[in-house]
Amino acid sequence: MSVFKHLAVKPWERKGIIGGLKPEGAFDSPAERVALSFFLVIASVVFSLFTVSYFIRMELPDWQPLSEPAQLWFNTGLLVLSSVFFQWARSASNSEQPKNLITAFIGGGVFAILFIAGQLMTWESLQAGGYYLTSNPANAFYYLMTGLHAVHLLGGLWVWSKSSLRLLSGAEAKEVRLSIELCTVYWHFLLVVWLVLFAVLANT
Amino acid sequence: MAYVPLADQDKEMEMHHPHNWVEEYVFSQDHKVIAIQYGSIAVFTGIVGLTLSVLFRLQLGFPESVDFIDPNFYYQAVTMHGMIMVVYFLTALFLGGFGNYMIPLMCGARDMVFPFMNMLSVWTFLISVIILMASFFVGGGPTGAGWTLYPPQTAMEGTPGHDMGIVLMLISLAVFIIATTMGGLNYAVTVLQYRCRGLTMMRLPLTVWGIFVATVLALFAFPALLVAAIMMLFDTLLGTSFFMPAVIEAGQPLDHNGGSPLLFQHLFWFFGHPEVYIVALPAFGLVSDVLSTHARKNIFGYRMMVWAIVAIGGLSFIVWAHHMYVSGMHPYFGFFFATTTLIIAVPTAMKVYNWVLTLWEGDIRLNAPMYFAIGFIFTFIHGGLTGLFLGNVVIDLPLSDTYFVIAHFHMVMGVSPILVLFAAIYHWYPLMSGRMFNEKIAKLHFWLTFLGAYAIYLPMHYLGFLGVPRRYYVLGETDFIPMSAQDLNAAITIAAIFVAVAQLLFFWNIIWSLKHGKKAEKNPWGSASLEWQTPDLPPKHGNWGEDLPTVYRWAYDYSVPGAHEDFIPQNTPESVEPTVDTEHFDPDHDQSKADI
Repeated sequence: MSVFKHLAVKPWERKGIIGGLKPEGAFDSPAERVALSFFLVIASVVFSLFTVSYFIRMELPDWQPLSEPAQLWFNTGLLVLSSVFFQWARSASNSEQPKNLITAFIGGGVFAILFIAGQLMTWESLQAGGYYLTSNPANAFYYLMTGLHAVHLLGGLWVWSKSSLRLLSGAEAKEVRLSIELCTVYWHFLLVVWLVLFAVLANT
Repeated sequence: MAYVPLADQDKEMEMHHPHNWVEEYVFSQDHKVIAIQYGSIAVFTGIVGLTLSVLFRLQLGFPESVDFIDPNFYYQAVTMHGMIMVVYFLTALFLGGFGNYMIPLMCGARDMVFPFMNMLSVWTFLISVIILMASFFVGGGPTGAGWTLYPPQTAMEGTPGHDMGIVLMLISLAVFIIATTMGGLNYAVTVLQYRCRGLTMMRLPLTVWGIFVATVLALFAFPALLVAAIMMLFDTLLGTSFFMPAVIEAGQPLDHNGGSPLLFQHLFWFFGHPEVYIVALPAFGLVSDVLSTHARKNIFGYRMMVWAIVAIGGLSFIVWAHHMYVSGMHPYFGFFFATTTLIIAVPTAMKVYNWVLTLWEGDIRLNAPMYFAIGFIFTFIHGGLTGLFLGNVVIDLPLSDTYFVIAHFHMVMGVSPILVLFAAIYHWYPLMSGRMFNEKIAKLHFWLTFLGAYAIYLPMHYLGFLGVPRRYYVLGETDFIPMSAQDLNAAITIAAIFVAVAQLLFFWNIIWSLKHGKKAEKNPWGSASLEWQTPDLPPKHGNWGEDLPTVYRWAYDYSVPGAHEDFIPQNTPESVEPTVDTEHFDPDHDQSKADI
């Protein structure tokens, strides 16, 4: 039933038990997946507002565009690999006899750590080149937006580390299937966010 | 396959069982304990905010009569009063307090969907309050930039608390937002996924609808404040220029360059206006249920009430710039925001009509919660109408930054939600404590608060028309403000002190009644909604004993013709429901139909 149909029913006319195994209107998903969906929307709002602020601020006369380090392309590759490994882990966890699940899941996290390290290297190279945080708003936005994206990845890595420990201590795939799935969705989301941020930073 | 209600699936295994006193009352994962914790912390901050308001009112009514109230203290008190009341008191009490208490009970669930995260939420909220209060004890004191924290004033030498005060405020807000997000995810997902069998969304009491939509607003609006706070922290601590323009301070140029203060205003109000409804929507829901229960009538136009809540929630995101008419915006921009502001008045007015029509021909029981609920209708209409004035650009320009604005927003989002809070606390006090409060003291509390609030805010409208500006430490002498304005200010201060002291009646009543109040019988108001149908009063951990309830009807079956009692609880099956006694049934007085 669509949302509009839900909102149009006359509850004073409908008596008796309505709905089956789950309450009518509830998503056919575990609560954790629904919560993650909400969180992804919240994170999207945060990144969108930073991006809007970026565009408004760049209209002002003191803006000096920053030429982004070429290393960002390499870093982007690392994050893509991270997402690919997570997807691989997700597929493996869904199969009857999972193969290479630990390799795929832990590999995904390791590539994400390498991505963060790569981002820190771009910060160092910018600093070495005299592009300090306070010298121009374009620089400040670069540090701020890449930093915020990395913080979101670190949050994901905390969940990843907990699930990894469970996997390494012998947990079965079905026990961590949901966690792997949610990590994968989160990583894909952060990849998309990074691609948008990168496009914005590189084209302005 | 046997039916397993969703709220029970794996819940029996996962439900946290406390092993000792600390786990039961301190680090509790029970939503009811967490609600009381949230509420207590919020009320504590509210008392701080109230005390600050009395202090700065002393300065306004009787200038320079109190030694320690210098201009710096005055601005700090005004700023902290505003931020505390809006964010740390009202938001926390409605969402963290009532949201936590009501959602699982009204949804027929055992607890919130993520109890551990719920516990983290309240402790994170406490940390945010501690950080905020710490600013009173650091060098320079708390920020005195006004609750809107507009740059560049926040960071200027002449503004009290421009160094540590503002930093602590921004960090506290960021921590508060983390707490609200953890709580909000819980509230939203619990409403969507953990309703008991038979409880459709359109059978939910309006309290849950109000809190649910306000939670969604909070989840999507607070990020704007977070973004603004992060960038301002960068400006303040690290010397960036997101918001800080080139400024010359005492003859010396600051390091900042080219930032946009207007960008901050847009971000702040993109949060700030939905924030009004984050406070108002739960109040709308709670008061609807109080009115309906004590009028012994179904809420009038239930569907329209739900639609109005959803519509107001959506529209609240496209009205923010009506707080910025004087910022020099393009006239078309102002026209757009004036139009959306007037549009949002439509669903709001519908709700007011429906509350009044709920009372129409009701079997009204004029007890204390009802006093406060009806009082709310008065103050809300009053504050809402002045909002129509200020929503229009041409009227707002001369009235901007005058006492008229103070009067408007205090009536609409200060007095009104607080009256609902009192109504709700009195109404659900028997559920929370198992005791009845002292009715006479509660009614005395109402009259002193209600009349006192009018004594404070009605004259402020007049002061605003005179052109008395807000935020001034002393009025001084002007050509356009008569000296009698100062007399009015003195009278307002006396009324404010009177109302503040009158709140002692409330605190005495609820604390005294905890031990000495008459034991509450089960469902003392004869309410149809689910929270009163628990096997124990107050409900125990897990709420529902062995079996979760099943819901067969909406939450407003009051005065159903032919029924033995004037209410039918939501969990009463059709087979138990009495049939209509056609011999004595007068269709002209059938109150069971509520077509919109």
